[in-house]
Amino acid sequence: MTATGTARVRVRLFARYAELVGRAETAVSVTLPATVGDVVRRLRDEVPAARALPERPLAAVNLRQVKLDARVQDGDEVALLPPIAGG
Amino acid sequence: MAYLTRSPISLDTLLGEVSAPEHGGTCVFLGTVRNGPDEQGVTAIEYSAYEEMVEVEFGRLLDDAGGRWPEARIAVRHRLGVIPSGEASIAIAAAAPHRAQAFEACRFVIEEVKRRIPVWKKELRVDGTATWVDPSGRPTARPSDLHA
Repeated sequence: MTATGTARVRVRLFARYAELVGRAETAVSVTLPATVGDVVRRLRDEVPAARALPERPLAAVNLRQVKLDARVQDGDEVALLPPIAGG
Repeated sequence: MAYLTRSPISLDTLLGEVSAPEHGGTCVFLGTVRNGPDEQGVTAIEYSAYEEMVEVEFGRLLDDAGGRWPEARIAVRHRLGVIPSGEASIAIAAAAPHRAQAFEACRFVIEEVKRRIPVWKKELRVDGTATWVDPSGRPTARPSDLHA
């Protein structure tokens, strides 16, 4: 069954993305059904500085990397990840 | 299990976590902050991470390694914060009954770290500048270049 209604999603930003946007965390609301890509678009619409982010960033939902067409639910944590550079 | 630390990495601790009488080979990988000809005066690298995800993703990564090398025992630490050049940012110890498994498991873990562990680094230079680094080791694009 497809969820309907509105989801409030926590959005976290890291490293260079946090610097570009000027914050490490925010929240957006999206109409369900919604994807991570919808969250990114909503963020770019609502936060002017977020337009500096790539349109298709690496992303994670609830601590797991996902593609941008992954579905989100109310209460999810969506993280936008700069290119990974650890080690 | 805490895979992240803000202190210098203790190799003795890692080796103690993987050593066992049945393990005849132990392979250790140390990744250290580099200041070579291409780095243009890097004095340190500041490492940051999506720390909650790093902890769970390291668990998944080591589970994957355990599936491939069931007899191996692997320990890993990634250091965060400002790390001076020459000091280790990551250490991996892989012990197995025979050396081939130990080498393979150790190589697998560092390659997967580069691919899936959400850690980022900013090079700090002697001239006071700082630059985010992309996975290939080159400086990232300026913000204005992101849409290109």
